[in-house]
Amino acid sequence: MSSYPDDLLYHPEHDWARLDADDPDVAVLGITWFAQDALGEVVFFDPPSPGTIVHKDEPYAEVESVKAVSDVVAPLSGEIVEVNEKLADSPNAINEDPYGEGWLVKVRMSDPTEREALLDADAYSATLGA
Amino acid sequence: MRRTPLYNRHVAAGAKLVDFAGWEMPVQYPDGVRAEHMAVRERCGIFDVSHMGEIETVGPDAEALLQRLLSNDVAKIAIGGSQYSVLCDERGGVLDDLFTYRLEPERYLTVTNASNHERDLAWFRSYAGDFDVELHDRIDDYAMLAVQGPLARELVQAISDAPLPARMTTAMRRLAGAEALVCATGYTGEDGVELLLAPGDASALWDELCRRGATPAGLAARDTLRLEACFHLYGNDLSLERNPIEAGLGWCCREDTNFIGSQAIRVARTALSSSGASSHAEPAVSPSGRPPERLIAFEIDGQGIARQGNPIVGGGTVTSGTLSPCLGVGIGMAYVPAEHATLGTVLQIDVRGKIRPAIVKQKPLYRKAS
Repeated sequence: MSSYPDDLLYHPEHDWARLDADDPDVAVLGITWFAQDALGEVVFFDPPSPGTIVHKDEPYAEVESVKAVSDVVAPLSGEIVEVNEKLADSPNAINEDPYGEGWLVKVRMSDPTEREALLDADAYSATLGA
Repeated sequence: MRRTPLYNRHVAAGAKLVDFAGWEMPVQYPDGVRAEHMAVRERCGIFDVSHMGEIETVGPDAEALLQRLLSNDVAKIAIGGSQYSVLCDERGGVLDDLFTYRLEPERYLTVTNASNHERDLAWFRSYAGDFDVELHDRIDDYAMLAVQGPLARELVQAISDAPLPARMTTAMRRLAGAEALVCATGYTGEDGVELLLAPGDASALWDELCRRGATPAGLAARDTLRLEACFHLYGNDLSLERNPIEAGLGWCCREDTNFIGSQAIRVARTALSSSGASSHAEPAVSPSGRPPERLIAFEIDGQGIARQGNPIVGGGTVTSGTLSPCLGVGIGMAYVPAEHATLGTVLQIDVRGKIRPAIVKQKPLYRKAS
């Protein structure tokens, strides 16, 4: 069932960011339950390389289901410092656990104030018309 | 949007519904496309394909009209037989690909693609004036179910009042009490049947087949299954811009029957058979006016999934692409210049900016175990 945890920040293009408790400059990024449900079973995640610079509101990676490919939009700007290597073998973790095992990348944020433009769980849920 | 008689069944099953050629159709059910795909490969799946159209051609000149319109030799269809063919315009461009069933000596039923039905019907009517025939639009008179997979015939046989027709033939049967035209054809690369019946009988038959173990499968699985089997999809692999020779469908074109488009197709076929050998043949062109290309099947070598519209370095375009649930790799079909169409050729496909190598493979990409 759909879920939108309260501890995440959301981008209206159906992405989430979790600020890393250990390192305040780093955010973990992923796609929301709504996004994975719309896409269907994810069969391929094509990650960017560590070191790649991503820009808020712009695509930085692709996730593919059997039927379709979808851009993943960056909710925050920064440099990719880590990608979820496990998704190469089990991309369906994005469906099964989109906020946990299905995380996509970690980003060292270049402008921490950008987070203020993101939505909380209630505001994001409201955009889904649920 | 139009709905099939099984719409309520799809909603109750939790299917995702999409607009397909103006019809609200199930693209997948909750278990997902891979589970549906494997159910068809290993057991039995059931598809609602009631959006497909039917044109009935009846009368003393029924065969003659169809011979003029359809690419194959219609005179070869026995009573109770079926035949695949393409419908072409004068340039040899493909208007549709269709199955025709001969129900009676002077009565034929032609199954159309939903997206082309109205155009096909208008095309049939525009040529019918010189022939002693009646044409009937039967799209509202038939629901259509495809029951496909290694157990499909067994499942349908169990509720049939008589033995099922042999492969590629058709017969009227009572299935769990409902009159149905049983056609031993399909679009998945598996054994199976396609059932045409009155819309009012469709839900009960659907329920009965599901109760006996058929897995509902949607349009997404229909697409991955047909692509593994290298069956063409109109709008992707077939269009007015390509002739059937380019599409690898020369086997269903009999130019000696003088069908519409046969002259252009004869030129295209002659050029193909003499390509590289001589300069005497007329230069063949695609209906689009471009040099002809060849439709090939490919597998991606490594990661990635090519999609419809991806260009190929050095010329050519992907017309269908997906992840093959059976092979576990990206597969597809593409039009490429003849010199790149040889089996084993490595193509470089531009998949949204990343170059992915792909190998030209023998069709079909998947062949059923038997």
